[in-house]
Amino acid sequence: RAMELPSSHLSAARAAAAAVGYLRYLRGGPGRGLQLRELRRARRQDIDDVGHKYYLELELEDVLDKDRTVNCTAEVLYHLGSKTSAPDVQVTVQGELRSTEDADQEFYNRIRSLEKELVAENIPDSHGNVPPELEPIHRLAWVASGYVIWQNSTENTKFHLAQVKHVKQVKRSDEDLQFDFVVLLHEMVSQEVLPWEVTLLWHPQRGARVAQSRAAGAGS
Amino acid sequence: HQVLRIKTKNEEELKQLQLLESLEHLELDFWINPSAPALPVDVRIPAVRVQSVKAFLESQGIEYSILIEDLQDVLDKEKQDMVESAQRQRSSTTFDFGAYHTLDDINAELDHLASEYSFVEKIQIGESYEKRPLYVLKFSTGGSNRPAIWLDAGIHSREWVTQASALWIANKIASDYGTDESITSLLDKMDLFLLPVANPDGFVYTHTSNRMWRKTRSKIPGSICVGVDPNRNWDAGFGGPGASNRPCSDSYHGPRANSEVEVKSVVDFIKNHGNFKAFLTLHSYSQLLMYPYGYKCTRPDDYAELESLGRAAASSIRSLYGTTFQVGTICKTIYQASGGSIDWSYDNGIKYSFAFELRDTGRYGFLLPANQILPAAQETWLGLKTIMEHVRDKSS
Repeated sequence: RAMELPSSHLSAARAAAAAVGYLRYLRGGPGRGLQLRELRRARRQDIDDVGHKYYLELELEDVLDKDRTVNCTAEVLYHLGSKTSAPDVQVTVQGELRSTEDADQEFYNRIRSLEKELVAENIPDSHGNVPPELEPIHRLAWVASGYVIWQNSTENTKFHLAQVKHVKQVKRSDEDLQFDFVVLLHEMVSQEVLPWEVTLLWHPQRGARVAQSRAAGAGS
Repeated sequence: HQVLRIKTKNEEELKQLQLLESLEHLELDFWINPSAPALPVDVRIPAVRVQSVKAFLESQGIEYSILIEDLQDVLDKEKQDMVESAQRQRSSTTFDFGAYHTLDDINAELDHLASEYSFVEKIQIGESYEKRPLYVLKFSTGGSNRPAIWLDAGIHSREWVTQASALWIANKIASDYGTDESITSLLDKMDLFLLPVANPDGFVYTHTSNRMWRKTRSKIPGSICVGVDPNRNWDAGFGGPGASNRPCSDSYHGPRANSEVEVKSVVDFIKNHGNFKAFLTLHSYSQLLMYPYGYKCTRPDDYAELESLGRAAASSIRSLYGTTFQVGTICKTIYQASGGSIDWSYDNGIKYSFAFELRDTGRYGFLLPANQILPAAQETWLGLKTIMEHVRDKSS
C-alpha cells in the first residue's frame, strides 16, 4: 500500500528531481528543455527487502513552449541500502511533446559545418547570461547532467545543474556529435557544488547517450 | 607579476599543483584552484618567483600558457576604466538596481543613500575576516532605541540575487518614506537595520575567483581548505545534524559557534541593541519562506502565528507575478540544519524570525539572470512588508 505524501514533502521533491533528471536524459535535446513546474501528487510505498518507491504526478513545461503544460507520471524506486546503484525510474508523458525535428536538424548541420570544434565555458556566465547561439548547448548540458543526476540520486540528495563550466566538441568519424562537458552540479542537502565530467553523444534521429561520466577530482 | 594558465593532463600533475599550492612561502595566488585535471588552473605569481615556478612546471612536463604577461598593466588599465565609469556614474544619478554590482559599487551606493536621505545612516558593525567593513544601513526617523527590524542578505556569497535585492529594497524604503502609507507608518514607529552584504569576503571571492563560493574566507588551522558556512555557525543547536565538521565541506560549521567574525559582529550588535522584534534574512534559491526551527524538527511555540504570517507573506509575494513560495519550518521545508541564524534569533527572544529563499527553483539557480533582479526584489519586498506591518502592529 502506498502512503500519500504532501507534495511539499522533502522526499517527494527529491524523488521528483531524480525523475526530471531521467526525463531530461531521455527526451531532452538541443531543441527541448523540460523543467518542473509543480509536483502535483506524491505517494510512497515501502517495499520489504526491496526499497522505497515513489509514485509522482508531475507538471512540467518545455522552456521553448512555455504556454503548454506537459503532464507526466513517474515511478522512482530507491534500492534498499544501496549507495552505488541508481534509482529505477519510469516516466510516462501524457500526450505528445512538441516536435523538435527541424530545430534538431538545423543545430546538427550548424555544428557539423563549424570549421573549428566548438569550445565554450561558463554557461550561464556569472550574471546568468547565455548567448543565444549557446542555448542549444545549454540544453544538451541539461541532457548530460540529467543522466548524472539520475544515476547519483538518493533519498538524501537533490541535484540541480548549477553551471556548465566547460564544453568542448570532439569531432568524430561517425555521424554522432560528441560534447565533452564539465558541469557543476549543486546538491541541495549538502550544499556542495560538484564538478562532473560527462561525454555526451547526440544525433538528431538517434537521440542522446552518455558515453562516460565521472566526478572530477576533489574540490578546492 | 604574471598570471599563468596551467593545463594539467592527469591526476599526477594535479597533485603536483596542489603541492605547489600548499607551499605558502611562494605566495602564489590561485585564481582558479587545482581541483580537477580537466579544469584550467590560473595562478598569479610574484615577479621574483616567475622564473623558478616556470622552471618547476617545465621540469614536470606540465603545460602552461601566459594569461597575463604583466598584471600591473592590466590593473592600471582597469583602474582607468573604473575611474572613467565612476565619473560617468556620478554625472548620471541612477544606480542600476537591475544589474549585478561589485562590492565597491554597492558600498558607494550605500554612501549615496545615506547622504541623500536624512533618516538613513550608514554604520559599521564590525569587520570581516579579511578586514572589510560590515556596513549596515540604519533607517530611523527619530526616537531613542525604538523597536527594530533586522534584515540581512548575502550571508552566502554566491546567492547574488539577495545582495542585489537588498539594495533595491533599501532604495525603495528610503524613497517611499513620506509617500507610501505603510512604509511611513512603519518607520514612524520602528527602526530598520539592513545589512546588504553579510559576507563581503565571500562576495569579493565570487567576483574574482569562484562564482560558486558560499562560505566565509577564514583560514582554518590544520586544513588547506578555507571558510566556514556562516549559516551553520550561529549558537543554535551548533554542531548538530545538518552541518558538517569537515573544513572542506560547504556546510562546515566552524571550530565553534560565533567563530566567524561576520556572525559574531551581528550577534553582538543585536544583543547590545536589545530591542529587535524581527530578524529577516535573504537567501537563494528555491522560493521558500521559512521560520524556525532548523536544528530540530519540532515546531516553535509560536508556530500558529508564524505559519499564518508566513502564508500571508507568501500570498503577497504571489500577488505580483504569480511566483509561489512554499511556507514552513526550515526542517520540514528544506532540510534539518543546525547553527542557523533565525533559530538563534528566535531562541534569543526575537519572535518574528523568517528566512527567505528567493528565485528561482533551479533553472538558473545561483546564476539568476539580471533581468530577474527587479521582479525578484519587488515580489520579495511585498512579502517582507506583510511581515513588517504585522510586527509594527504587534509592537505598538
